[in-house]
Amino acid sequence: MSTVTEHPTYNYKVVRQFAIMTVIWGIVGMTVGVLIAAQLVWPALNFDTSWLSYGRLRPLHTNAVIFAFGGSALFATSYYVVQRTCQTRLFSDGLAAFTFWGWQSVILLAAITLPMGLTSSKEYAELEWPIDILLAVVWVSYAIVFLGTVKNRKTSHIYVGNWFYMAFIITVAVLHIVNSMAMPVTMWKSYSIYPGAVDAMVQWWYGHNAVGFFLTAGFLGMMYYFVPKQSERPIYSYRLSIVHFWALIATYMWAGGHHLHYTALPDWTQSVAMVMSLILLAPSWGGMINGMMTLSGAWYKLRTDPILRFLVVSLSFYGMSTFEGPMMAIKTVNALSHYTDWTVGHVHAGALGWVAMISVGATYHMIPKLFGKTQMWSVALINTHFWLATVGTVLYICAMWVNGILQGLMWRAVNEDGTLTYSFVEALEASHPGYFVRWLGGIFWLTGMLLMAYNTWQTVRKDSKAPAADAAAQAA
Amino acid sequence: MSAFWSAWVTIITLAVIFGCTWLLLQTRKGETYKEETEETVGHEFDGIAELDNPLPKWWFQMFMGTVIFGLVYLALYPGLGNFKGLLGWTSTNQWEEEMAYADEVYKPVFAKYATLSVEDLQKPENEAGLKMGQRMFANNCSVCHGTAATGAHGFPNLTDNDWLYGGSPDALTQTILNGRQGAMPAWGAVLGEEGVRDVASYVQELSGQEADADGAARGKTQFQALCTACHGADGKGMLALGAPNLTDNTWLYGSSFEQIAHTVRSGRNGVMPAHKDLLSKDKVQLITAYVYSLSNK
Repeated sequence: MSTVTEHPTYNYKVVRQFAIMTVIWGIVGMTVGVLIAAQLVWPALNFDTSWLSYGRLRPLHTNAVIFAFGGSALFATSYYVVQRTCQTRLFSDGLAAFTFWGWQSVILLAAITLPMGLTSSKEYAELEWPIDILLAVVWVSYAIVFLGTVKNRKTSHIYVGNWFYMAFIITVAVLHIVNSMAMPVTMWKSYSIYPGAVDAMVQWWYGHNAVGFFLTAGFLGMMYYFVPKQSERPIYSYRLSIVHFWALIATYMWAGGHHLHYTALPDWTQSVAMVMSLILLAPSWGGMINGMMTLSGAWYKLRTDPILRFLVVSLSFYGMSTFEGPMMAIKTVNALSHYTDWTVGHVHAGALGWVAMISVGATYHMIPKLFGKTQMWSVALINTHFWLATVGTVLYICAMWVNGILQGLMWRAVNEDGTLTYSFVEALEASHPGYFVRWLGGIFWLTGMLLMAYNTWQTVRKDSKAPAADAAAQAA
Repeated sequence: MSAFWSAWVTIITLAVIFGCTWLLLQTRKGETYKEETEETVGHEFDGIAELDNPLPKWWFQMFMGTVIFGLVYLALYPGLGNFKGLLGWTSTNQWEEEMAYADEVYKPVFAKYATLSVEDLQKPENEAGLKMGQRMFANNCSVCHGTAATGAHGFPNLTDNDWLYGGSPDALTQTILNGRQGAMPAWGAVLGEEGVRDVASYVQELSGQEADADGAARGKTQFQALCTACHGADGKGMLALGAPNLTDNTWLYGSSFEQIAHTVRSGRNGVMPAHKDLLSKDKVQLITAYVYSLSNK
């Protein structure tokens, strides 16, 4: 890679490492995603091999895209943003380096143990106890680095982006530690300390807040820096950011029960979860409004700046999926959508449309600055990536909407004698075209990520043809 | 839950809702500008300023709307600790009402066929009843026996008129209502590996397959000592025990040498679950008629 003049104040090394790993893990996670999507279309693709089977690769996919790809993007951007908005170097270079190598080790261990079938069986928290402990140590170190840097800030206030990053870091520590409490039996087997319905409630308190704090609050922190920075516009409303920040973190905490509507969970928890999920709509949209309105006055830049397009479209998908979420949390809607592909589509509207789009946009913004360039090697390739990602996301979501509603309606259809009109297999057969379109959407996304990797390589390699930034710009 | 936890849940639920509302109203009250502005609040971070714009009006109204909906919902439905809600709704009584409704609507549909015998149900004028049996079979039985009732490894084919427990209407009804337990003991420890393979050879020979003749001769002795109690001296099985006929070409667990050896060595446990608590007698009658029809065209 190119020889980079180090920034006089900031620690960019760890940011560079995480930024590069964001691209790499993005490709790995989405490759696994495309493979399991293909398995649902052509089941023979598991090759009768246990560690290639859908049940083992699906958690590998979710862990790789959420924690490896999304996590690396969050580490990279949070370390970048906190230094620049607090005008101070990271609290500890050594601890920051530990979070990088520690986080990569957790991912590597996940990539080995999950295909082996070693799992705690809790969704998005599948890793077994030794890895959980390592993860907790890394995460607490992350909190120390980040909070320590904020404490050392040279600015009088704490920037809104950092509020969101802090909420994300502190809450994820609590969520991970509480939900992963388990009694080890052997080195690679443990049992949750919570019984039955309580275990389910704790799991989905964790699960939905993983969405709320990892995939929403963290990425809102990213949004609050990269949208104004890339559009060179001030944040639309400071007041709006205060209200939506506090309301978002207060109500998200309660929403997890909506994953367990019409189950053994007590009725009161389901009601409270539904009510809080609905109240969550306005706080969620506060972030979208603040991002979108920040761009007003800079709309013309969308014509020439594909990075800004990534950011705007991510906000649109964020707004759409945070409207869809509260609707799906209404019990009567949930009765139709629950257990269908609609849920999968909803998750990916957020995961591809919001999380991945904004991460990609932010990474394209950072990479040249981190490696002493004025811009990426090819802006045209960024544009191609943008269209591949957008079309891929739309294909994916539409396919899952159609499949989800189709499944929901087929499962509840009854004959005049009260028997079910369709067997499960019939609904599965009817879903086949949707699975194909979803796989195609995944191919679009993965192709875009490969272009990103090529573009990144051409920008950061030693003999890069990307225009170099002058020394003054690099120190800025 | 105890009075303490009930109060705890109620207080923190309302505190979150009212806390958010208070922050919303306070922020709105403190607004410097009522219209869009280019004035900032005075901070700057890495070149990013923050404008002092008011909260968008429609957003404020939407927020208040969801809060009001939430409070009304929590007044009507259980949510605030032990408070039952003004409507008295519970998920249990919703389920009971739906089941009672279904009973009322569908009972007459089944009652029409309840007095007919399984044989009568085969007649063309009762085709609709047989169709209902088929649909209930698809809902309840096809997971194991397949949508076409042709079975799978370990699950009997119901279309070949070859029965483990008998194919009469009575036997079929018994099987569905009370279930069956097909227990083939494991003989590995008794026979030793050599013995297992000898018996497997003999069983292959019984069914007319090519088999190792020496092994089969030795296996025959073992078979007669250990297996005839259930499978009969001629190996033709026994309906009362559900012991399969070994001389035909119907195999529940496979006919290859290794599969038979595995059965002898480790045993098998076939379970047909009882349905008497899941399905009414009227429904079982129609399912029986459908299964009967598959082998008695």
